[in-house]
Order: sequence, then C-alpha cells, then structure tokens
Amino acid sequence: MTLANGWEMVIGLEVHTELLTKSKLFCACENHFGSEPNTNTCPVCLGLPGSLPVLNEVAVDMAMRIGIALHCTIAPSTFHRKNYFYPDQSKDYQISQYDLPINSGGYLDLPDGTRISIERAHMEEDTGKSTHVGGSGRLAGASSSLVDYNRCGVPLVEIVSGPDIRSALQARAYAAELRGILIATGASDGRLEEGSMRFDANVSVRKANEAFGTRCEIKNLNSLRSLQRAIDYEALRQIKVLEAGGSIRQETRHWDENLGETSTLRVKEDADDYRYFREPDLVDLAPSDAWQVAVREALPPMPAARRTGLLAHIPEPTGPERDAVDVVVDLDLDDYALGAIAGGIAPALAIARASNEVAAGIENRANLSVDAFTATLTMEQSGALSATQAKTVLGDILESGGSPEEKAAQRGYEQLSLDSLATTVATFIEQNPDEWNRYREGDEKLAQFFIGLVMKATKGQANGKAVIAELQRRR
Amino acid sequence: MTTALSIARDVNAGERSASSVLAASLAIVAARNEELNVFLHVDHEGATAMAAAVDERVAQGLNAGPLAGVPIAIKDNMCQTGIPTTCSSRILDGWRPPYNATVIDRLIAAGAVPVGKTNLDEFAMGSSTETSAFGPTRNPLDPTRVPGGSSGGSAAAVAAGMTPLSLGSDTGGSIRQPAALCGVVGMKPTYGLVSRYGLIAFASSLDQIGPFAATVTDSALLLEVIAGHDPRDTTSLPEPSPVLVAHVNDGVAGKRIGLVRELVEGADEDVVNAVNSAAEALRAAGATIVELSIPELRLGLSAYYLIAPAEASSNLARYDGVRFGLRVNGDDVTAMMEATRTAGFGAEVKRRIMLGTYALSAGYFDAYYGQALKVRTLMIDAFRRAYDHVDLLLGATTPSVAFAFGAKSHDPMAMYLSDVFTIPTNLAGEAAISVPFATGEAGLPIGVQILGPGRSEAQLFAAARVLEIADGRP
Repeated sequence: MTLANGWEMVIGLEVHTELLTKSKLFCACENHFGSEPNTNTCPVCLGLPGSLPVLNEVAVDMAMRIGIALHCTIAPSTFHRKNYFYPDQSKDYQISQYDLPINSGGYLDLPDGTRISIERAHMEEDTGKSTHVGGSGRLAGASSSLVDYNRCGVPLVEIVSGPDIRSALQARAYAAELRGILIATGASDGRLEEGSMRFDANVSVRKANEAFGTRCEIKNLNSLRSLQRAIDYEALRQIKVLEAGGSIRQETRHWDENLGETSTLRVKEDADDYRYFREPDLVDLAPSDAWQVAVREALPPMPAARRTGLLAHIPEPTGPERDAVDVVVDLDLDDYALGAIAGGIAPALAIARASNEVAAGIENRANLSVDAFTATLTMEQSGALSATQAKTVLGDILESGGSPEEKAAQRGYEQLSLDSLATTVATFIEQNPDEWNRYREGDEKLAQFFIGLVMKATKGQANGKAVIAELQRRR
Repeated sequence: MTTALSIARDVNAGERSASSVLAASLAIVAARNEELNVFLHVDHEGATAMAAAVDERVAQGLNAGPLAGVPIAIKDNMCQTGIPTTCSSRILDGWRPPYNATVIDRLIAAGAVPVGKTNLDEFAMGSSTETSAFGPTRNPLDPTRVPGGSSGGSAAAVAAGMTPLSLGSDTGGSIRQPAALCGVVGMKPTYGLVSRYGLIAFASSLDQIGPFAATVTDSALLLEVIAGHDPRDTTSLPEPSPVLVAHVNDGVAGKRIGLVRELVEGADEDVVNAVNSAAEALRAAGATIVELSIPELRLGLSAYYLIAPAEASSNLARYDGVRFGLRVNGDDVTAMMEATRTAGFGAEVKRRIMLGTYALSAGYFDAYYGQALKVRTLMIDAFRRAYDHVDLLLGATTPSVAFAFGAKSHDPMAMYLSDVFTIPTNLAGEAAISVPFATGEAGLPIGVQILGPGRSEAQLFAAARVLEIADGRP
C-alpha cells in the first residue's frame, strides 16, 4: 500500500506465543495462567543456586508443530543464554535459541494470497511478571516492585517474520492468520487478553522501491487493534520526521494505548549487550526424523486449507458467504458446517447458521452436537421449522442442550407441521377464490398475498418457502 | 581412622554402630576444627539422626548400604535441604536450600552420614581457600601452609581424620590440587559421570563433583555411589554407575602409560623426582612407559581463564539480592543489585566476573571466548591423538608441595599456575586422579597425577592403587 507522497511502510513482526504445555519449559511446575502468585514455582524456575534445566519434550513437539505449519525447515538446534539483569528474570539470564533455532526459513500465506516470509520460529522461556507500585506503573519511578514467578519458565515460541509486510492492516491480517494457525496446531490458545500472544513490530518507511529506512521496534503490543494503531501512528511519525528533513534514530519504542502514541523506551546505543553464549547446562536438540514425521502426520489442516475446503462447497461465493466461512474457521466451527453439509444441508445454509447462531453461543458449544445441529437444519430445510424458528431452536439447544424436536415442542412450534400448514393454506384458498384464480392463471405476485395471510394467522412462524410449495402443489 | 570400606562392613555386620562411628568423627572435628577451619557448619542434629536411622536398619536385619554409617564431609557448594550453604561467600548469607543435590540423596540412600559443610575458596575460585569469606582452612599436615583449593576444606577433613570420605568439586583442579597438598586421594571423574544437580555452578561446562578419600579403594567406593545418570542433569552420561571397586586391584600389566613432558614442566625438583619414581613403579608393575610431549597442554591455562570466568559471569548473575541471600538496599532496583553484589562478592570473584563479562562482550567475543573454545577443541583433539598410542598419561598434580599462606594470594597469575597441570583434563571433559606418592620439601606429600580418556575411571583407580602399594600403603 502506498501512502501520501509515495511513502511505503516496511514492517516485520516478532510474535511471542506461550505454548499450551502442562508444565514449564525446563521444570515440572504447572504452566497455568491465573494461579495465586508464586505458587507454580520450584528451585529450577526460581533459579535457585545449583538447580539445572531439563528440556520439556512436549514443548519441543509443539514448537515443531508451529514450524511445520509455517512451512519451516526443522534443524538440529542449540540453546543460548541471553544475559541481562532484571528482577523478573530469576537467573538474570534467559535461556533462548540464538544462531541455531529449531525452525527457520518458512512462510505464511495471508487470506488475500500475499506470502509473508518467516525467518525463524525459536524456543525460549518466558520471564516472571513484575508489578510496579507507585509512579506510572512502569519500573522507572516506582516506589516498590513485586514479582510473580509463575510465568517464569513458561515455554514460548518466538516467530519472526521477514520485513515483508507493507501496511498496518496487513500486519493485523498476518497476526490474525498466525493466531488461527497457532490455535489449529494446538500449541497455543491464542488468548491475547491473557498475554498468550504478544507482538513486537519493527517499523520503517521508505519511498517505494528504495532501500529500507531505519527501523524502530515497538514492544509489547497485546491486541490486534493496538498492533494496527501503533504501526499506523509510528509510520506517520517517521514520515513526518523525514519530511521535515530529520532522520530516524534506531530505537525501541513503547506504545501508550490511552494516548495513542509511541514514545522512546531506549535508543540503540543504550541497548543491553546480551553476551549470548551456548547454554552449557543443556545438550543440543536434534529431533529424530521419526519424531518430525510423527508431528507432521498428526497436524490437523490449517485455516487456509479449511477455508478452501468450505468454499469449495459453494460454487460462486458472495462476499457475505466468504465472511461466514472466515468466521467458521476462525472460531473452529468447521465440524458443524461440514457435518451438516455431509447430512444433506445446503452448504450456504450450514455455513450461515454455524457462523451466526453457533458463533453467538460458542461458549456453550458443548451443548450442541453436530448431529443436533444437522437435525435442526434438516427441519428448517424441509419447512418443518421456519428460518426464525430454526435460529431460536439452535439458541435454545446451545443454552441448555437437548434435541431440536424437544425444543420446537417446548416453543409450541409443532402445529406448524406440514399437515397443519396445508390445512391453513386450504382455508385461505377457500376464503379468497378470486385471488386464488388469478394466482393459478400465473400472477405470481399473489403468492405474497397468501404468504401474508398465513404469516398473520401463525404469528410469523410459518415457513414462507413451505407456503409457496403448498400453493404450487395445489395450483 | 579406619577406611570407609571397613566401617560400612562393620556397621552392616553389627560390629560397630553408625552412632559410635559418628561420635568418633565428631570428636576429632571438635578437637581440631577451631584450629584448622575445615567445617563452616557441622550438622550435629541431622547427622545424629541419620546415624541412628542406619543403626535402626541394621537392627531390623536390613543391609544399610555400601556406605553404611560412614561419616562424610560435603564441600559447601552442594545443596542439602535446610543446611546453610554458602559457597564461602557473604552473598549467600542466611540461605538454606529447600532441596538436596542428587549426590546428597545418593549418599543418604547408601547409608552415608553427611556431617557438615566444608570451607572452600569463594564460589570455588581459588587454589588455597584464601579467598573464602570465612577465613582460610589450614593444612592439617602443616598448619602454616595452605591445604590447596578450592576444595581445601574437604581435602583437609580427610587428611585430619575427621571423616574418612568427603566430596569436592573440580573445575580446573579443585579436587586434585588440594588432594595433592593434603596427601589424600582425589579424583576428577569424566564430565557427566556424576550429576551436577544441586552443585552450585562456577563454570558449568567444567564443573564435576568427585571423591576425596585416604585410600584408592575408598575413593572408588564413593564414586560408585554418587555416579550414574540423573534425569535432572541433562549433561549427565546416559548410563548407570560403573563398576570400580572390583577392578581396583587389576594392576597395570600390559598398559601403555605416557609420561608427559608438559605435565612436569616447571615443577619443583622434588615433584619431578616423585613423578619419575612413580613411572618406575608403574614400569615395575608391568606397564610400558612412553615419554611424550603434548604441546597443546601449554594453552590450557589461558583458555581456561577465559571460558571459566565467562560461564561464571553468567552463573553468578542470579546473586542479585532479589530472591535469596544477601540484600543491600539501594534507591532503585539497579542500585540495590549493585550494592548487594559489591558487598557480597570478594575480590577474586569480582575479578573473574569482570574478566568473563569482558570476554563475552560484543566486539570481544570472537577474540577471547570464541578463541578459547577453539583452543578447547585443540586440547580435546590432542588428548585423543595421545590416547591412540597410550592408555593413560602420567604427570605431576601440582608444581610444588603445599605453600605458605600469603605466598601467592597477592599474585593472581602465580596462584593460577597452581592449576596448570590439572586444567587440561577439565577442558577435555576427561578423568584424572591425584594419588600421594613420596614426599618432598619439609616431608610434605606430593601428588602424582594419572590422566585417562573419558570413562577410564576403573583403569585410573587400578593404576593409582599400584602407586599406593609402591608407596608403602598396602
């Protein structure tokens, strides 16, 4: 995307995702968000003298899932120590991967077809969480700080994209697609609000096709909205500086959500020298070919393939139908849509009901089996339930479980069986012979006249299509 | 004092009680610890309870383990639940570990009775115990001299007869050098043979726990108990503990042993003479002695003094006043950390943290740390080539017998040279043993060093046993 005066953004994202392991990366402590502070700790994750890390194999498995899903090469890798003093880091160094990451050289295709390169997806441990008391809530100026080490040692994978992203919107699309992929792999729950995914954005601007400009890194963005806003702000800030004849200083910047601004956190000259060196407490990591194959084979289809699969059922999808497919995949409702389609439901109807009604009650999805979903839509499709009724029945099942027949009966929908509809239609034909005759002679508009009468009589619960079908049968 | 082997045999047979053995041990500690400063902490209560538990097992007719009732001293850089653990540093002031090192678990399971924690150079950085924040240990054979270091307390505990066994750790010679200076047997096992879990790290890629004992057989017995894979240390070798005691008397007949020029170079004449007579003794026992030169060994000291401080600078970062040990308050968290580390660490530790930080810094990494790693590879290759021709290597453990307090403590380079013969084994991750052989200046003991490739412990004990017998200790 080209901005005013021929400017273009160049963006690369570093995305940290926590892995959904039961235990931490180097010890057996529980990996759980929301526990009482400092309850999920042991000598290893507290960095007590003499303790040693032991690599969690499940975390390696999950890191490989992510790598494979992003089309990376999995290679023998090593761990390094990244040394810096900070109270929430118990050992005052972080165990991370450096020059030899487990995954490298992959890519991610955005829904619009743009390919973003993935430089690497490496493993590392998370830090604890500091709470700064007094001052602005940041370390500087705080009167005291409290540290919770429950998060210390939680496994992370950091996914580093190439500088291939060209707009804030595209960055958001990348983050959303990556989130979908991570959830699909089962390696992450993608819960942004719990910090399961966090974004750092490297932003620079240039005139189209010129060399890359100097970049600034915006740290710790924790929602898609912040990501998009921060990048837009930062790019415009840089353009303003450059157009005024200034130059961009390479630095790390902080995004203030309330002010809607980025500000300098530290300049490059002040950056820590992390003194990386090989972690002598861990041996090299070289997952066997058999392990890699097993991970690859166990991987479920990724969102892009699932979208393609659903869209293949609709010959010429409309915009809203494409959106519905996106929702179904994003919310992992594929089973409903595909199950109903397999059960003979029109694909567009199956996808629409999944993306609207099931999505609306998604927190109770356990109450609605794929079979009950299909049965409800079968009743709708046959005319036994109107569209409105079918939606209500789906809502009722999501609320409290049960079958569509049961819920329809509770709502008093049974009189709307086809038999009773036929009786109602016959009555109105008898009462309105002129209109009936004109309809029989080909005045299709009069179908609406009869539908109106039936709807009025049934308080809107009849199925319009079923009324037309009955009229046509009697014509 | 009787050997560990005989104590365990007698205790299991019900001929002596573990409690009486402990009482005898504690009596010697009480008599000499004030003078020698061997123990920083004696765990009377815990040791008494553990000895009673051993006696209880024996009373029930159970075997109480291969070290039943054997008192053992632990270098104070290994964690034992609830026992003050200091690394002889002020920075760990008041810290009591909530867990046992793997070696402690294994000792207790084998019936041994840990009696307390011994003095060392601060964070194992030194060769005389003079860098301990709690004063130096005195050599039991001549209290005007150093016991060596860093495991000086553990060597002295055995030399003074306080305990028949003790544990040390060896990063560049910290078991073998004090063993030599105190006249006891000290073994640095193959890297990974003994779990490091619970050993407070100095230089992780070099550190290895090993045994001190008065006899070669006791040394082998203790190593058998503590060795073997530990899932809590991923660098530990994936194999069970080797059979050692059964091979102690295998001798050296038919073995080829290399007498290495660089492992006696610069040593005092009495030390060189002792090594030559050791070679004669081994030849007399049927070994072929080959004189050889491994010039790469001369590079060991400089590589070591980059690699070990580099790892230490990272390992010692956690002593920041935030979670445990000493805290000296400051205006903000950075000031607190600086004040804590300034007050908590001694001069030698600070020197090595500075050296290591520098060696790892951007712009210097390749020239220093990176270069040292290459030298380390050269060293490994040089040893491997030597072992293509010979089974074991022979040399001195230290350039001199025990030296006087203050003789080297103001000249770091002179002190570092104490470890010139022992360092190469650590860099290569291999095994070596120091065994007393002959005496030198002032009748003080001399340590002869036998080196072997990885997993050669059984051969090293057998060769050391030949020297022990030749030296008049059958």
